[in-house]
Amino acid sequence: MAFDRFTRGEKLSSLKLTVVQYGILVMMLALGAGLWRLQVLGADNFRVLAEQNRIRKVPILAPRGKLFDRENRLIVDNYPSVSCFLVREQGHNVDADLPLIARGLGLDLDQLRATLRRYRSAPGYQPIPIKQEVTPDEQAFIAAHASELPELETIDQERRLYPRDGYAAHLIGYVGEVSEEMLNDPRYAAYEPGDVVGKAGVEESYDQLLRGQDGSRDVIVDSRGREVGYLRTQHAIPGQDLRLTIDNDLQRAAELALGDRQGAIVAMDPRNGEILAMVSRPSFDPNDFAVRIDRTAWNKLITDPEHPLLNKAIQAQLAPGSTFKVLMSVAGLEEGIAQNLRVECNGGANFYGHYYHCDEKHGLVDIHNAIPMSCDTFYYTLADKLGIDRISRYATEFGYGQKTGIDLPGEQAGLMPSAQWVMKNYHRKWYAGETISVGIGQGAIEATPLQLARIIGGIASDGHLVRPHTVFPDQLPADFRHALLDTYPGSGKVDIPLDPDAWMTITDGMAEVTQPGLYHTAGSAHLEGIDLAGKTGTAQVMSHEALDRTSKGRITYPNVWFVGVTPRRNPELVVTVLWQNGEFSYYPARIGAQVVAAYVEKQRRLAHNLPAVKAATAPAAPPKPAEVGAIWSQPETGNGQPVARIRAGHFFVNPPAPGGVHATAASAHAPRTASALPGRLALALPPRQIRTP
Amino acid sequence: MNPARRFLSFRDFDWALLAMVLVLCALSIFEIYSATLHTRYTGFHTKQVFWIVGGLFGMFLFAKIDYHKLIDFAPWIYGVFLFLLGIVLIPGIGHKALGARRWIKLGPVLFQPSEWVKLVLILAVARYFANLGGRSLTGRDIFKAFVLVGVPMLLVLKQPDLGTTLTYAPILMAGLFLGGISIRQSIILFTAGLVLIAGAWTSGKVLKPYQKARLTSFINPDNDPRGSGYQIRQSLIAVGSGGIWGKGAEKGTQTQGDFLPIPHADFIFAAFSEEHGFVGAILVLLLYFSILMRLIQNAQTAADLPGALLIMGIVAVLTFQIAVNVGMVIGFMPVTGIPLPLMSYGGSSVLFTFLALGVAMNVRMRRFVN
Repeated sequence: MAFDRFTRGEKLSSLKLTVVQYGILVMMLALGAGLWRLQVLGADNFRVLAEQNRIRKVPILAPRGKLFDRENRLIVDNYPSVSCFLVREQGHNVDADLPLIARGLGLDLDQLRATLRRYRSAPGYQPIPIKQEVTPDEQAFIAAHASELPELETIDQERRLYPRDGYAAHLIGYVGEVSEEMLNDPRYAAYEPGDVVGKAGVEESYDQLLRGQDGSRDVIVDSRGREVGYLRTQHAIPGQDLRLTIDNDLQRAAELALGDRQGAIVAMDPRNGEILAMVSRPSFDPNDFAVRIDRTAWNKLITDPEHPLLNKAIQAQLAPGSTFKVLMSVAGLEEGIAQNLRVECNGGANFYGHYYHCDEKHGLVDIHNAIPMSCDTFYYTLADKLGIDRISRYATEFGYGQKTGIDLPGEQAGLMPSAQWVMKNYHRKWYAGETISVGIGQGAIEATPLQLARIIGGIASDGHLVRPHTVFPDQLPADFRHALLDTYPGSGKVDIPLDPDAWMTITDGMAEVTQPGLYHTAGSAHLEGIDLAGKTGTAQVMSHEALDRTSKGRITYPNVWFVGVTPRRNPELVVTVLWQNGEFSYYPARIGAQVVAAYVEKQRRLAHNLPAVKAATAPAAPPKPAEVGAIWSQPETGNGQPVARIRAGHFFVNPPAPGGVHATAASAHAPRTASALPGRLALALPPRQIRTP
Repeated sequence: MNPARRFLSFRDFDWALLAMVLVLCALSIFEIYSATLHTRYTGFHTKQVFWIVGGLFGMFLFAKIDYHKLIDFAPWIYGVFLFLLGIVLIPGIGHKALGARRWIKLGPVLFQPSEWVKLVLILAVARYFANLGGRSLTGRDIFKAFVLVGVPMLLVLKQPDLGTTLTYAPILMAGLFLGGISIRQSIILFTAGLVLIAGAWTSGKVLKPYQKARLTSFINPDNDPRGSGYQIRQSLIAVGSGGIWGKGAEKGTQTQGDFLPIPHADFIFAAFSEEHGFVGAILVLLLYFSILMRLIQNAQTAADLPGALLIMGIVAVLTFQIAVNVGMVIGFMPVTGIPLPLMSYGGSSVLFTFLALGVAMNVRMRRFVN
């Protein structure tokens, strides 16, 4: 044998074996100490880490409150939307799947790769959003490829669905992701990055109520972020639905009446300040914001010289022109000056060495025919007699130069000049000549369409001025209602009782405006059988002289106004129409008359008392059917479906045949199902073109 | 009849050692069951039972073979395995998986020579130092021992398989220590070793960058947060959150939630510690300690020097694997992919451990023979 020389006595040194034993003991003690350190001393700490590891707080987004019109017809709804995310799983090669994913989801492959590159440094468990608004076809693709493409995941969200074509867009506003600056604002302390927040209109001012309260769910996840169970669910509290004061019928009438013209329409109930319609042109589509507006579309919106995002109804500050003469009449009559004022109008008059033009040679004018004829010479004289201090005092008292306090963000105050104002801002004295211009609503004076509605509606209501609002206050919590008043301060509800004779004189004068008659400014806006009183206004964008010098070969039309009320005293409706660069002031009067006609017609229909209303301007030939986009909710079918389903579609609506309103519309293109035309859409579509007389 | 045979009896078989080993195996099977419960590895515990049964057969077989015969054949076996380690590196023959060329495909079975080389080296080193007869070592003796172990180490490192490479080192160290190295020689060797390691580290040719990252990330897991740093962090959370009594079988959130990497194999001790706490972990360590002490006792009572050296070689490998694996799990050691003997899932590891134990049993059974 090879090991002959070994004997039984030959052994390892037992000292060395003992050393080895002690070495192993020391090693074991060290490992034991390590376990002690982790499991006994550090247990609490590591338990927290283990919980953080496996529990993920997943927010449950509260559905935003819906918006309804005053008759509880849906205006703004939410719709379920599916987004697709890519989850990077370890050990699964995503890159090889990208062409298939791009094909299935209709994405550009290079763009998809670029998206993934952007997320390269992000933690592996963070899903990458690759497509929003996944269509049912694409959802089917994702479901069908679940085993080959395990990295694709879809998430349901509720998105805002606004009416098409910018319907009431400025009043409703839009939502978007909360911005950096907003988060720094203490008003938005409760918001977190990524939250959706109202950014304009009712969406902004009532955001706190509309947004509800997001819930959350503690989801147990594994190391790849896959959900393996739930722990605790805190349900979301849905946002409060709001009933707006808007009347869909009147809003649509106003939208169609203004057409594509630059300007604004405000229709308000002067008895309580409820805004019945509010239109601003040009408009925008709030649905563009509902997802995530792309940069080019956003740039286009904010660089557009016409400022589509501007709500001209409350933000356009322009010279009110002759509509200011209503206030001038109030001041003149209340001061006892206008009653006995007789002015011979020869097409203008001289004041302080300067000749001021009038539009016509009106002859002998008093307060009764000065309003319908809108005689500048009369009001130059009245202004001269009143003086700027008195004019300014009355104007300010009735609300010129002050916000109305409407519950919409961004309202402008306009401007009412005074001697103090020029002293403060220009450090000079007031020129007496300036008073003459102010007398016809020109010069430095500026007003918003809403201001004019409130003031003139208030004067027609015997000095009963209201705070305009777009949401019925009875649905608001008391503390929110108070906070709203603080957030949107303004002149609000004021009572300035008028002298009864003055009230009669002014309202009768305004009623004459729309009656056919010599020099009456809006005779063509006459509505048979409807007591429409109003005042037109023409405000030069530049002074007459400047216009004469610069307008050679270039036409700069003035801004034109109409403020109408119906009936003439204690009206139910006041309508302001602003048409920028609209040339003649009877144009907006006719637009206003259409809105008034729509209102009266509806009231009569509701009272089952509908005589044929002769439209102010009957079309010469039947116009082509107009395409109207709309959304509506289908009422519950009673088979246990708790949620009213939202529908969207296009319709061709025939304009009214003379003598009555009748829609012979047919469903033309309805993406889901639109078997029956909702009756509310059967609205008159007035002609776009207004014939020049 | 051969008188040597006459006295060989399973009465002298180390039943106590086997009992402790089987207790550990049972714990291992339960933990593999728990750790793979909701994963694609479900059912691996039954596979592990088959490996253990196979290992037991191998152990009884090796217990019957006279270890002197094994030592006689050691040079031949060593040569064959050196050849296998060589050809496994050749692309056409060596099977590549997970970035390393470690396997030779024999029909349906993947054969990993480097695992078996552990046992071969234990035999070869025991033979080498036994032949020296316990006299004080010359520099030449030491150099030869280094060549004996160093050549297979380099071949395995080339695969690359750092973990297995490192497992060979304790065999050499045990051999040198027990074979009679002097204190002066060990100091020289230690210093030379340090210089060599520092040189190898900085040269960048011996270790690949990912291997370096793995080796350092246990000190600072943020060095490699997505790789081994992540594994170490999750392992620490698993062990630490287990607390004193553990979360209970099948209730470890780190283990069940798939946060712990390979909880049935390399990180089984972390999974066990999470579910059974400090108490369970210490119990396992005590079992290991008792097994090692029992083996050393067997070495003490061995009939001759080669037998004792064989057992101590086995002790060295097992001790090293326990220290490195448990050390890795509790953040004392880098992630090297060294399994925990008798607990980690895996056929090679189970078979090696049981065969090695079979050799140790054989030495014990022959203590009164000769």
